[in-house]
Amino acid sequence: MQAWIQILFSSVSLFFVLLVLIRLMGKRNISRMTPFRFVSYIIVAVIAALMSLNLIANLVFGFIALGVWVLFPIALDYLSLKSKWMHELINGKETVLIKHGKIMEENLLQTRLTGEELLRELRSKNAFNLADVEFAVMEDTGDINVFLKSDKEPVSPHALGIKVAPLAEPQTVILDGNILNEPLSSLGFNTEWIGIQLETLGVSLDNVFIGQVDSSGDLYLDLFDDTVQLPQPKVKEMVYANFEKVHADFMTFTLETKNAEAKQMYAQNAKKLEQLIKRLKPYLLR
Amino acid sequence: MTVASQVKQTLATLKGNQGTLRLYALQTRDEETKLIYNETLKATSVMINDLERRLQTLEYQEPQYKGN
Repeated sequence: MQAWIQILFSSVSLFFVLLVLIRLMGKRNISRMTPFRFVSYIIVAVIAALMSLNLIANLVFGFIALGVWVLFPIALDYLSLKSKWMHELINGKETVLIKHGKIMEENLLQTRLTGEELLRELRSKNAFNLADVEFAVMEDTGDINVFLKSDKEPVSPHALGIKVAPLAEPQTVILDGNILNEPLSSLGFNTEWIGIQLETLGVSLDNVFIGQVDSSGDLYLDLFDDTVQLPQPKVKEMVYANFEKVHADFMTFTLETKNAEAKQMYAQNAKKLEQLIKRLKPYLLR
Repeated sequence: MTVASQVKQTLATLKGNQGTLRLYALQTRDEETKLIYNETLKATSVMINDLERRLQTLEYQEPQYKGN
């Protein structure tokens, strides 16, 4: 057999074998791996490259080496799943670098991190001011994660005491002019519903690139033809505005009517509606 | 505009809101939101009843404006 055919054959077969093996090794992000894990990937890659170029004379030897470097990390993964002690032995433990706002110099030395490098890592986590940092830790992957002092944390609705309505994830129902039936039926809609929505907006299905339904059931469309201006769904805002208008009407009626009984009825309803509007606000205006 | 027609307009707005809200109560996937919408629907129904009763009195008092 000619050499080039051999190389072609072994390369093609190794291509698919390696595809399966790397899939078996898991889908963890390369940049978030422990150093040892990274090395084992490189060794697998090098062995495969050598085998593919027929630099390893005996293919069986090659496969043995490949098998060890693929199966051992998988085996270690399972072991570290089962026992915390094993996990720490294999992956190492996280190191606390800053505690109560104070840098732990001996831990810094242990991770062989200079002060400048620590500051750089903090800056990349948007903590430019060391005084803002309450706690920082180096994970077993070498990432540094930062916990800011509570008054320097970004504001959340919770911190402001604002009630926000829970939102579910939007579902994509149209892609490239095709209706996706599975997400559509999981929402409880059907193709006819989409047809009606598109008709009211005056858009044909082949003009739609992406269509998403949000958790309140409103359809948002992106068209191929960007010159077409689509009205954004504003129905909930309209409902809110209408409720406020009705509230104002009730107030006017209260002032205008001379009938004591009607006056009381209007005043009562105005008060009730005001409370209702306050409760509805986070759900209708977002 | 007579008082009766003003009340009628408010009634129409309220009814329209109720219709839209009922649709959203059916469409929304979040249970909490659904509950709030349904409670609002119940509360507005009471208001609609109040307004309708008031409208009847008004039309009885001033039958010449009835239907406006």
